[in-house]
Amino acid sequence: MADLSCEFLGIKSINPFWLASAPPTDKAYNVVRAFEAGWGGVVWKTLGEDPAPINVSSRYGVHYGQNRQVMGFNNIELITDRPLQVNLDEITQVKKDWPDRVIIVSLMVPCEEESWKNILPLVEATGADGIELNFGCPHGMPERGMGAAVGQVPDYIEMVTRWCKQYYSKPVIVKLTPNITDVRMPAQAALRGGADAVSLINTINSITSVNLDTMSPEPSVDGKGTHGGYCGSAVKPIALSMVSEIARDPITAKLPISGIGGVSNWRDAAEFISLGATNVQVCTAAMLYGFKIVTEMCDGLSDWMDKQGHKSINDFAGAAIPNTTDWKHLNMNYNRIAVIDQDNCIECGRCFAACEDTSHQAIKITEVADGTRKFSVIDEECVGCNLCQVTCPEPEAIAMVDVPTDKPHLSWLHHPSNPYRETP
Amino acid sequence: MSLNHDIQTNRLLDETINDNFVDMAPPMSEKQVLVASERCLFCYDAPCITACPTGIDIPLFIRKINTGNAHGAAKEILSANILGGSCARVCPTETLCEEVCVRNTSEGAPVDISGLQRYAVDHIDTQMPYPFTRKAETGKHVAVVGAGPAGLACAHRLACEGHQVTIYEAAAKPGGLNEYGIAQYKLVDDYTQKEIEFVLQIGGIEIKYQTALGKDVTLTQLRNDHDAVFIGIGMSDVNNMGIPGEDLPGVIDAVDYISDLRQADKMSDLPVGRRVIVIGAGMTAIDIAVQSKKLGAEQVSIVYRRDISAMGASGHERELALQNGVNFELNAQPHEIIGDDNGITSMQFKRTKNDDNGKLVATDEVLSIECDVVFKAIGQKYDGSPLGDDAPDLCKRRRIAVDDNFQSSLAGVYAGGDCIDGKDLVVEAVDHGNKAAAAIHLKLSLHTTKG
Ligand SMILES: Cc1cc2nc3c(=O)[nH]c(=O)nc-3n(C[C@H](O)[C@H](O)[C@H](O)COP(=O)(O)OP(=O)(O)OC[C@H]3O[C@@H](n4cnc5c(N)ncnc54)[C@H](O)[C@@H]3O)c2cc1C
Ligand SMILES: Cc1cc2nc3c(=O)[nH]c(=O)nc-3n(C[C@H](O)[C@H](O)[C@H](O)COP(=O)(O)O)c2cc1C
Ligand code: SF4
Repeated sequence: MADLSCEFLGIKSINPFWLASAPPTDKAYNVVRAFEAGWGGVVWKTLGEDPAPINVSSRYGVHYGQNRQVMGFNNIELITDRPLQVNLDEITQVKKDWPDRVIIVSLMVPCEEESWKNILPLVEATGADGIELNFGCPHGMPERGMGAAVGQVPDYIEMVTRWCKQYYSKPVIVKLTPNITDVRMPAQAALRGGADAVSLINTINSITSVNLDTMSPEPSVDGKGTHGGYCGSAVKPIALSMVSEIARDPITAKLPISGIGGVSNWRDAAEFISLGATNVQVCTAAMLYGFKIVTEMCDGLSDWMDKQGHKSINDFAGAAIPNTTDWKHLNMNYNRIAVIDQDNCIECGRCFAACEDTSHQAIKITEVADGTRKFSVIDEECVGCNLCQVTCPEPEAIAMVDVPTDKPHLSWLHHPSNPYRETP
Repeated sequence: MSLNHDIQTNRLLDETINDNFVDMAPPMSEKQVLVASERCLFCYDAPCITACPTGIDIPLFIRKINTGNAHGAAKEILSANILGGSCARVCPTETLCEEVCVRNTSEGAPVDISGLQRYAVDHIDTQMPYPFTRKAETGKHVAVVGAGPAGLACAHRLACEGHQVTIYEAAAKPGGLNEYGIAQYKLVDDYTQKEIEFVLQIGGIEIKYQTALGKDVTLTQLRNDHDAVFIGIGMSDVNNMGIPGEDLPGVIDAVDYISDLRQADKMSDLPVGRRVIVIGAGMTAIDIAVQSKKLGAEQVSIVYRRDISAMGASGHERELALQNGVNFELNAQPHEIIGDDNGITSMQFKRTKNDDNGKLVATDEVLSIECDVVFKAIGQKYDGSPLGDDAPDLCKRRRIAVDDNFQSSLAGVYAGGDCIDGKDLVVEAVDHGNKAAAAIHLKLSLHTTKG
């Protein structure tokens, strides 16, 4: 059995699965249940200064796929709505009771040195393993000069991080908001401020739907709605890209990353880790399925590692980074085409509609004598865009197959058609 | 064979029979697996887990399948039920896990748990190490009597714990009714033997074939030579109808016939009656009726003394019989079988009805059905004679009485499966074997620590 234990900033964790700062980690009751279920660690729901904020009723809006499958949902909740001392006491107790599990305390206080100077010793006294700075909450808190408002200004990030390193002795993780243009900037700022790591992503500005009867965005609070923070499996692609950007940036390449955003199973976790994360944090999957979901994540990851011959997480951490590059470096002499397996084709014709109407007219229909339709690829027309495979409802019907070539690797950088090409 | 009594071999061509006996529920395609697994809701405290006698974590294994980890799913299943592969094929899931699936409530159809379970176990990755490891040898030696589902499950668990196990098996092959009794079309391609090979890979289990308790060994010997004994001998006796003509040729015990069928090299060599009557109302009755049809019997009637709602066979199984052209004759109680030393010609029944108190009573109305063969499928009986004189106490149903730890009235003698009271299902036999093994292991480890 592969070893799932890992170390993040010197903090030992029995597995790479932590619960992200959110309702699942809001109080001792939840956190203890999570530890019982097997979670390696938690980032406690963000603490702030008293008086604690007050939440509205009607808090989550959803984006469904077919059959009510939740693709993603958003929330308009604020940081913890419980008094600071209650949280601190509970953190102290749970850490004492569960010494082998990680507790990181998430924090968000006003952007003033005094505020941080006051709260950090209190957090230090809990015995928690580190802190995470919540610069990411996209709703409510920014209006109070906290959260995303800070997260969007690299200088503030640097400044606050520096205060934290000054007044707190244990690891400081900076949680990044995705609601910016280039995630490398806040990551670099965190590094300059002395951050030990970054975690990302927090939730994404969103309106999940509009109630067309009442004309109110969801979630609707007494007929009105506001943008909320989007999360769940729908945000995974965005999070993966952002994680890889930071991992690939020479400036931040060595900065440890805790990957967050849509992690729903072992495979998602493996992907985050392969792109540069050291561990992952999960919120939505736990909120949708309960804490037990971690069993599937741990078993699945360990089964896959066994199959691959990976003995520990480090064996594949960052393994996909060298293969993540800029467009200009991709091989223009590489070619793939679609091949339709007639035995698995159910003749729905979606590949035809997609290719004929919106792509390269590379699929032809042949009417067969028995009244059935045969869809096949015109090899010379196919540009290998993958769209037919994307639309195909059958997992085994369309394969994208490499076309062998004896041409050498040729990127846009050196391509004859590139007026600005570099001569090798 | 007399012409009056129309019992013949080769009623159908070999190919036709082989076609008739193909896998009843063929494996699912990858797409079916995707769609079916997507339907599982990962319910909290899922009712299907409770409904499974072996408590397989069904939502978890389905989620593992859904995340592309069939091997992990198989491990999940087999760690709760080492015969998860055959259970996926033979369990009446419509009365177990699938009956309670919450998807029934608004969609009228459960998640196809058996299909998914079969997919997982069939896709265990044989390149990976055997999913169970044997703990260090304890030096303890347990005797298991009977290599049926109960005995095998018990032996596997004990072997995992590091105990040495010897299975004493009367037959020439292991598997019990999985090998000799379950309908052919439920367990195709010699699945039972392949599954048992997998079970035995754990090591530490020796099977002594054609070694019957009561004949080749005695319970007293086993108790003297081993640290514990588990009895899993099933039921080797059958109930009698107690009517005239019952001993005539042509009146056949259904289980014996199915055993011949299961072991036949060429099914077309089996003697098949033209007109067949099946007496009974359970799984065995359905199985023999359907298999008779598949072998080429022209008319097959299941005759039962009560009404349809009282039948032991599930609606799903009755449907299977109807689809195969089996007739149901209800409210008819066996009265007499007519025939001579050469065979039988008909069977007479008395119509029954419920009296004012709801009690079943026979009326004077007689129903006569012509037949060449009558199959008795009215239930099996536990036969305690192999256990000899110092046999354990019996329960109300005249089977071995056991306590919560599956221990009989004899210290160190445990029992499970069909030879104790229960639902008489493979999955339950496995559960008994598991639990008895846990109790035996606990007892043996306590002894060890005491020194
Ligand atoms: C026709 C038929 C169809 C069935 N279909 C289904 C089905 O579809 N699904 C389902 O779940 N269940 C079915 N069952 C029930 C199921 O087969 C049994 O519940 C299950 O096999 C019980 O397992 P067991 O290990 O207790 O006994 P068995 O399977 O009966 O195994 C007992 C073993 O002990 C051996 N043995 C007996 N006496 C001795 C002795 N004196 N010494 C040594 N060894 C001995 C036997 O040879 C045998 O190997 C069916 C039963 C029958 C009869
Ligand atoms: C209801 C809800 C409340 C959240 N509250 C916080 C919070 O207080 N602090 C924080 O840093 N992130 C908060 N988050 C963001 C999550 O920690 C996480 O970054 C985000 O949901 C993406 O991960 P996921 O896709 O696994 O849910 C919250 C998310 C949700 C759904
Ligand atoms: S989950 Fe449902 S029951 Fe629980 S607080 Fe929210 S709305 Fe109420």
